[in-house]
Amino acid sequence: MKPRPFDYVRPDTVDEAVAILAEHGDDARVLAGGQTLLAMLNLRVIEPAILVDITRIPELGEIREVDGKIEVGAAVTQNTLLAWPALGQKLPLLAAALPFVGHFQTRNKGTVCGSIAHADPASEIPLSLAVLEGEVVLRSRKGTRVLAAGEFQQGMLATARAGDELITAVRFPVVSGGVAFREVARRHGDFAIVGVAALAESKTSIRLGVAGMVERPAVSRIKPDGAAGVREAIERLAWELEGYEDVHASAHMRRDLLRRIGPVVVEEAIRCAA
Amino acid sequence: MRRVSKGERARLSLTLNGRKLAGEAEPRMLLSDFLRHVLGATGTHVGCEHGVCGCCTVLLDGTAVRSCLTLAVQAEGRAVTTVESLADGNGKLNALQQAFQNNHALQCGFCTPGILMSFTDFLRRNPNPSEAEVVDVLSGHLCRCTGYTGIVAAVLEAAGEGNKSKS
Repeated sequence: MKPRPFDYVRPDTVDEAVAILAEHGDDARVLAGGQTLLAMLNLRVIEPAILVDITRIPELGEIREVDGKIEVGAAVTQNTLLAWPALGQKLPLLAAALPFVGHFQTRNKGTVCGSIAHADPASEIPLSLAVLEGEVVLRSRKGTRVLAAGEFQQGMLATARAGDELITAVRFPVVSGGVAFREVARRHGDFAIVGVAALAESKTSIRLGVAGMVERPAVSRIKPDGAAGVREAIERLAWELEGYEDVHASAHMRRDLLRRIGPVVVEEAIRCAA
Repeated sequence: MRRVSKGERARLSLTLNGRKLAGEAEPRMLLSDFLRHVLGATGTHVGCEHGVCGCCTVLLDGTAVRSCLTLAVQAEGRAVTTVESLADGNGKLNALQQAFQNNHALQCGFCTPGILMSFTDFLRRNPNPSEAEVVDVLSGHLCRCTGYTGIVAAVLEAAGEGNKSKS
């Protein structure tokens, strides 16, 4: 199908972009990679009055290190971050998770910040941001707000972004410790049914993130005592999160997937920390 | 700042396969439709129109993207490369196309233009891929005829040919 008509505007600066958002608010949609937005427009799931194309704003195309965090601009594509030479050393969790985001062809255009803005509960990049306790940078005419990942993503496809705000960047902290990521999907490149990411600060202190169980990434800290302790903590977590039911999987299946891949991911993260 | 209003037909120029071309498009026109219906380049095929099947894949400034998930106006001033660019002026297939023929990597051919463009980008970045890497990139395309085996063999053969001619 084809989209309904809309106005198109391509600002050259962030100031111009936020001025347009201030004028149009929720009637506007920000277009970056468009790998979800264009599909939603083509299917007429959404009907915005105006699209604001931010892909040619030079300052949004940068990846830089600021105060121990890697700041990724809103126009940086997933494959650009994946090809960033320092990724494996600075953000090994993203190096592990990004290959699971869509396909080679959609990662060429889809942006890192776009995944954060879309806030799918099973999505890999929001899960990584949540586990690393990263931040989202929002600009409007009123100024800049920096929100923690957990404050930003509020629910199923719902975020704290106001209609007049532009996500200009996300910041992933550079952390020490071992990391690991796994997901289960029907086919590689599909949305995950359940995804698990772990950051092992030590053998007995692990930040565990789970996607696809509740309406947003669930991050908890577990302090397990050996392999049996890990399994026990994940068993408790599976019942606590419960899991939702949709066309892809029942809640029962989601809990079962978490029980199966959770301990593997935690063990990989511990091994990687050693 | 570029602005095009709803319903307005803006004149867009871009480079298609090395030639500067221009045509008119509303903001909502997809790049896939602009290529086929306005510029008359029908080598690019259109399948699902929501980014899943991959047959509309073209190169935008050298990287493989879905032309159905790209607005024509977004390609303004940029270089678009389509399947029409691959064979030479006399219709001689390039190495990748020839490898597809050698390995029976197509039957109906509907999905083929997109797959060729994906691997044109991919082999440039990774001239010596493993079978697993080829399968991973191919996962972004649907082919209902071949079962994919011939396509994987063709890409590996083309990569081997490319590496031979370099050494």
